[in-house]
Amino acid sequence: MDNKDVRGATAYVLKGREQINIKKFVLKYNTVIIFFVMVVISNIVSSAFLSKTNVFNLLRQVSGLGIISLGMMLVIITGGIDLSVGSMMAFTSVLSAHLIAKNSMDFYTAAIFTIVTGFFTGTVFGYLVAYRKMAPFVATLAQMTITRGFAFILSKGTPIMVENAMLASIADGYLLGIPVLVYIMAFIFVIVCLVQKYTVFGRMLIAIGSNEEVVRLSGIKVGIYKLLVYSISGAFCAIAGIISTSRTGVGSPVVGSGYELDAIAAVVIGGASITGGKGSAFNSIIGVLVLGMIGNIMNLLNIAAYPQQVIKGIIIILAVLSQGVGSAKNS
Amino acid sequence: MADTYKVEMIRIKKSFGGVEALKSVDFKVKRGEVHALVGENGAGKSTLMKILSGVYQKDSGTVRINGKEVEITDPHKSRELGIGIIYQELVLAPHLTVAENIFIGDMGDKWGLINYKNLYRKADELIKEIGFDFSSKTLVGELSVAYQQVVEIAKALSREADILVLDEPTAVLAPKEVEKLFDILVNLKKRGVSIIYISHRLEEVFKISDTITVLKDGCSINTYSTQNVTKDLIIRDMIGRKLEGLFPGRPRSEGEELLRVENLCMGRKVRNVSFSLKAGEVLGIAGLVGSGRTELARALFGADRKESGRIYLQGKEINISSPEDAVRYGIGFVPESRKEQGIILGLPISQNITLPKIKEVVYALGIINMKKEKDNSYRLMNDLNIKADSPETHVMALSGGNQQKVVLAKWFNADCKVMILDEPTRGVDVGAKYEIYTLINELSKKGIGVIMISSEMAEIIGMCDRTIVMRDGRIQGELGRDELSEEKIMTLAISSIKN
Repeated sequence: MDNKDVRGATAYVLKGREQINIKKFVLKYNTVIIFFVMVVISNIVSSAFLSKTNVFNLLRQVSGLGIISLGMMLVIITGGIDLSVGSMMAFTSVLSAHLIAKNSMDFYTAAIFTIVTGFFTGTVFGYLVAYRKMAPFVATLAQMTITRGFAFILSKGTPIMVENAMLASIADGYLLGIPVLVYIMAFIFVIVCLVQKYTVFGRMLIAIGSNEEVVRLSGIKVGIYKLLVYSISGAFCAIAGIISTSRTGVGSPVVGSGYELDAIAAVVIGGASITGGKGSAFNSIIGVLVLGMIGNIMNLLNIAAYPQQVIKGIIIILAVLSQGVGSAKNS
Repeated sequence: MADTYKVEMIRIKKSFGGVEALKSVDFKVKRGEVHALVGENGAGKSTLMKILSGVYQKDSGTVRINGKEVEITDPHKSRELGIGIIYQELVLAPHLTVAENIFIGDMGDKWGLINYKNLYRKADELIKEIGFDFSSKTLVGELSVAYQQVVEIAKALSREADILVLDEPTAVLAPKEVEKLFDILVNLKKRGVSIIYISHRLEEVFKISDTITVLKDGCSINTYSTQNVTKDLIIRDMIGRKLEGLFPGRPRSEGEELLRVENLCMGRKVRNVSFSLKAGEVLGIAGLVGSGRTELARALFGADRKESGRIYLQGKEINISSPEDAVRYGIGFVPESRKEQGIILGLPISQNITLPKIKEVVYALGIINMKKEKDNSYRLMNDLNIKADSPETHVMALSGGNQQKVVLAKWFNADCKVMILDEPTRGVDVGAKYEIYTLINELSKKGIGVIMISSEMAEIIGMCDRTIVMRDGRIQGELGRDELSEEKIMTLAISSIKN
């Protein structure tokens, strides 16, 4: 009798192979499918799309969002949300510029200081979520407004110009023919992938997002995991902030507006569940690329920016709908 | 020639993917009778009822209500036909009041306005009719599981159902409340309501039902008139073999004192509780629902913050203020509701098993040793006879009995000294129950102390060396093995004699 239940469930998934093959395929690879569809369409619409210049442009463009999205993904997996990422990016962009231009720090010290600040800021609000039972939406909303405020305070309202060769090389540099930014994004991506799949930390995030109470009742210290994801997100935002300063040559308090929504969109297109317990680094980056492609194509075709928002929204809906195929009926 | 059958389900077939859940089931219920549906988990009872309630659509076969053939296309149609179903998993909105839950979907007048005074009055009446007495203004989330079920019953009654399906209704009720439920059912019978009663508790089935149908492996095996059949016969139909006894034999145990609890206090549910547990002993905790047993367990395990009290492990005082402390000291806890608190449904068996002691299957830097994890899981799946294709199977796909075994495996893997079990065989079929009892005996043989909370008298009597009975947060009495009887336990559970 027990066997039958198991057989029943797994058979529904495996044995009915003939009937539900297509559905399962779409369900599993929906993000990648959307990606390829977009690549094909983009290529048809503009021959310049797949040129080396454009591809590198695209990758450089999305590097900041990519890193932020990975941090957002970790937070969302635990069932939380981080609305502060855009503001944190602005704050750290200003901070890094300030440290180099006004405090005469060298690049490396400034970078480390900035990243630590980002980590620490995330920790403060992560503490509120993890140990004070504050709703993540509320805590990071506060974080969003506070850090944006600090960005303005520190910059006194105007962008801080910064000239530093090391800093500039982040944005403009190439290594073995590939932009440095791509390496940075790839490096962080690989680390997150490995941690997700092979470490206790990665597993605990999924477990906590799936059923926090069970994890707690198994004797695990849940709080520390819930806190750390916000710290990591903060640190990732700092990296993105430094990248922004590097690319534009200024530490600006107004960058990153709306980035939190783009990051959430990327993660959702990438198949993560907004309620937690599910999320993949690979698919999140695909989601970032998909979003990036929308703007990229519009530029190549000289279309104004406004339709981009509409298309972004449509893709989000398509992605989530195709993720829903079969899964609601399965449960 | 009047049709005496209210419900007729004839040659019902239902498959999911390639698996036949119902091969060919015949099931007929008369007007005004209590018809019990029994069978092991996976036999098809839930599936059959879900077809009746419109959640599933049959693949083939005929359904007749009051002699007329019907197609029950969805739950709404089912309700229209007068079918009300009360699931084991309650479907209530915790942030709404009892009254709002009872009349959900039917609260407003034609303008969409709600007359709350009326609503509460009608809801209070319904609750009183059932024999309970709590305000319908209470938020459902604040009620205990037992009372929440009463709300479910009131909800079904409010819809004037004349075919009522109850799926394991007494799983969360104490004996006194079960009696009340039976009174209601008898009343409903008189009114002509047909009741389909699904339960694993054969003693109750024999008490309340007029007819019993046994399902096994998707087929209806036999239908009996209750007065003409014995429990043994039913069990044999259900599992195809005669169980020598429902409980494996237990040798007596005489160990050192393992755990001592002194003056444990936590709110009104745990009032100055003191007891001790010997190594290898199975200590039962009996009492009515709401007497504080689960609260005691949770305070002991650190799941909830106790206010005061001391805990001694092997003579040494220990401080438990979180589950983490408890696990570190070697205490394990199998909670009442396994799906919410015992296992993570979306994860595979292996990951559930290693959860408390994940640190033992890692290399440096927190990297998980997947192979060791899998080996551990295979071993435990074998030891506990967990039936699944592999350790990578998601626990969601397992039957109730196997899921419960995964929860147990989790703590077996953690090498506990003390195991606290809260209703360890709830919602588990007869075969798996026996296996779990055997496992408990094994624990006891190894010198592990077992605290078993149970509302099933037979279980307490069959398994425990000693039993403490709780009432209103206090220990009313303690019974040794030879003193155990249903009456004695009941007396202590409801007595108002102050200690």
